[in-house]
Amino acid sequence: MRVETIFEMTSPYRDSFRIKGFRFGNGEKTLAIAGPMRGDEIQQQYICSQIVRRLTMAEQHGRISEGKSILVIPSCNPFSMNVSRRFWAMDNTDINRMFPGYSQGETTQRIAAAIFSALEGFEYGIQLASYYVPGDFVPHVRMITTGYETLDTAKLFGMKFVSLCKPRPFDTALLNYNWQIWNTKAFSVYAGCTSRIDSTAASETVDAIMRMMQAAKILTKTVTLSPAYEPAVVDESELLHVKASHAGIFYRLKSPGSSIESGDVLAQIIDPYNGQCLSEVKSPADGIVFFAHNQPLVFENGLIFMIRGM
Amino acid sequence: MIKTIVSTELPIDEKFRIRKNVISGTQKGPRLCVVTGTHGDELEGQMVCYELVKTVSENLKFLEGTLEVYPAFNPLGIDTIQRGIPNFDLDMNRIFPGDPLGTMAEQTAYALIEDIKGADMVIDIHSSNLYLRETPQVRINEKTAEKLVPFAEHLGMDFIWVHDAATVLEATLAWSLNVAETPCLVVEMGVGQRINNSMCRRLVNGIFNLMKHLGMWTGKVASPETKPVICQGGSVTFLNAETSGVFLTDLKCGTRVSETETIGMIVDPLQGKMLSRVTSPVSGYMFTIRAYPIVYEGSLMARIFNS
Repeated sequence: MRVETIFEMTSPYRDSFRIKGFRFGNGEKTLAIAGPMRGDEIQQQYICSQIVRRLTMAEQHGRISEGKSILVIPSCNPFSMNVSRRFWAMDNTDINRMFPGYSQGETTQRIAAAIFSALEGFEYGIQLASYYVPGDFVPHVRMITTGYETLDTAKLFGMKFVSLCKPRPFDTALLNYNWQIWNTKAFSVYAGCTSRIDSTAASETVDAIMRMMQAAKILTKTVTLSPAYEPAVVDESELLHVKASHAGIFYRLKSPGSSIESGDVLAQIIDPYNGQCLSEVKSPADGIVFFAHNQPLVFENGLIFMIRGM
Repeated sequence: MIKTIVSTELPIDEKFRIRKNVISGTQKGPRLCVVTGTHGDELEGQMVCYELVKTVSENLKFLEGTLEVYPAFNPLGIDTIQRGIPNFDLDMNRIFPGDPLGTMAEQTAYALIEDIKGADMVIDIHSSNLYLRETPQVRINEKTAEKLVPFAEHLGMDFIWVHDAATVLEATLAWSLNVAETPCLVVEMGVGQRINNSMCRRLVNGIFNLMKHLGMWTGKVASPETKPVICQGGSVTFLNAETSGVFLTDLKCGTRVSETETIGMIVDPLQGKMLSRVTSPVSGYMFTIRAYPIVYEGSLMARIFNS
């Protein structure tokens, strides 16, 4: 393992901002893994640390394939995580909406340009990501459909689901979108939650990434991992959206991954003044909870569940 | 007449509402929509809306058509001094035309677009952010420049910036309306979290001037004092900080600068040292200057039209 500083910038009042890369193996640029770009992606930070640990052991045991190299950037934004801010603290911009970046541009454009320069040219790319709506997902691999997406490779992770989403204009500045356009087979991995560590989901996600590395022959000598799933492919436009018919206290009864039948109660919305149940949120179909709101309060018409119908 | 476009419940005994004031003239005529408050830290539009509604309401006999004023697209952002919508990641001006099946923010964007569509003209008022100070200007996407620049000239702003098209900007209110054949002009001026009274009065006068041009205002309007500098895309120089530190300047935006002229300096207050001198690489019209002094490498300090 070699540690290098990919980007460094002085700060007027803090220590320097540094992005560090951990390189394993030698040879072709085969796999790059990008860690958190937002300061609340604690689960993603933890997963990256575990991947660095596992790859360090793999390298010590000679398990990295000859002629292949791996780069892991465990944090793309340590500054924001250190001050508990989701975005770049000075101007609240999102590094993950600045790609491919611009080395002569604004601060977060420069950071994105440096990250993209380090990540560009790899055959495979994995980003540990979070969603723009607060909530929990069933762990899955997500791909933006640019025409360059590779479903067969996405299945190598052996996660329960692979989801496909059509890019909207604001998605064209995401790392994943640009990675694909620049010929990397790019995947976003959603590891259940964001701002807290869910060790079960983290362990499944680390195993899934290691499994992909074994299946793609980036690692040799298979080691025992948790069992793989035959992934179901989900078109996100076909997910059933369940919205809150009332505002109030959100009491969730079903979590991501739960199998449900039409009419099952997914949550209750409680009147914050008198404790009465204002509404029982019921499933519109048989299926699996794919996404669930995770805040204690909910707005009227707020998106609270996404269901993958059977 | 006050109309409510969006009304949904918040968790604890409060309605989230977006409202507009619809003022109809004595005779039929064009429909003009003035919208603002998409970014909660931009406040110039509040004074413009106040002055417009007050003046038109007191002089209804001069109005031939309908003026619709939307002072707060993002009321929770304004109330919490946040640029964006609280508890939502995306900039509200990057989610248009919205989605009736999406998040509450996307549903709101959809409802607003549907409400505005069909207007004869829309003016979307912004006022920079906390970081930059802007000369009163109109911004127009190059794809709509031919149609919109002649209207923009009536607003009496100092500057018209015809900028390049970018995919991410296809999710703005202005782009979405223009695609829907509803012409929309974007005004930028001042700085975030403050109101510059004289700039606001100029824009109010400019809006009456445009209303006169549209044939919906018969009252007296002072002609704009200045003819705008018009900039076609590709000829704007961006000055980004070479080093992190504290940016100090004596200059104001809306001034002409010469090549090699000092714009300011970036200093280190701990060591009492100048870290870099900021000079203009071109001669031109400086229409943006940094207002918030702390800079990181890359922070924008000025924009200059290489005229």
